[in-house]
Amino acid sequence: MTAAESGVGGAAVERVFDANVDVIPGVIALVAGEAGAWGLHPRRIMQLELAVEEAVVNICLYAYEVPPGELLVRIEAGDERFVVELIDEGVPFDPLTVGEPDVRAGAQERGLGGLGIFLARRVMDEVAYRREASRNVLTLAMRQA
Amino acid sequence: MDVETVGEVRVAILPARVDATSAGDVEGGFTQLLEAGARSLVVDFGGTEYVSSAGLRVFLAVLKSLEKSDGRIVLCGMQPFVADVFAISGFSALFEIAAAREDALALFA
Repeated sequence: MTAAESGVGGAAVERVFDANVDVIPGVIALVAGEAGAWGLHPRRIMQLELAVEEAVVNICLYAYEVPPGELLVRIEAGDERFVVELIDEGVPFDPLTVGEPDVRAGAQERGLGGLGIFLARRVMDEVAYRREASRNVLTLAMRQA
Repeated sequence: MDVETVGEVRVAILPARVDATSAGDVEGGFTQLLEAGARSLVVDFGGTEYVSSAGLRVFLAVLKSLEKSDGRIVLCGMQPFVADVFAISGFSALFEIAAAREDALALFA
């Protein structure tokens, strides 16, 4: 899947990565760089990094069968919103349907399922999922800096 | 992961990021400590600017292990972003958290 074949239009920064967790530093560097240029506050940039990491981990673990495929990262730095889309062609997987962790459970009972996406949803202004043709599209957005 | 010893207490000094990339190494460091018999742990977050769920996973595993062996762990030195992650996830209610390393060590006195 090339950026040109992704089907999403408009002015944006796009890069294709392998869908494995080793690419997380590269994805974060790309997103953080664009966010900094857009003027997002440093603490919010770290929150964005967190959400991106958690989302990419989920995609790499759950959306693909063997062998792993590709992840398209599309960044649109608009006037009012800074938007990151994570697009993959894996099995239909909506990370937002994973149940929330019980944040009041004690240590021995505490499970970890859903924690990553829970954190992402709490720090981002917007998190949305859609299935588009044969693609999962996860949208993370921060509103004006 | 650097480790210092203050009396009976082992002080683990975390790296700048405890995330999907580094959590395995951090976990390995804690495993070594626990297998060597450490039961009084201070974890110093003073140099840590970023923690993700991968890191939280490791800290929870260490906590569970120490609870079972009657050990004790105190976290300290958290910067605001890390403190936020602990708060949002509810992990701040699971752990003893002190402000500075001296405060954490004082709890073992």
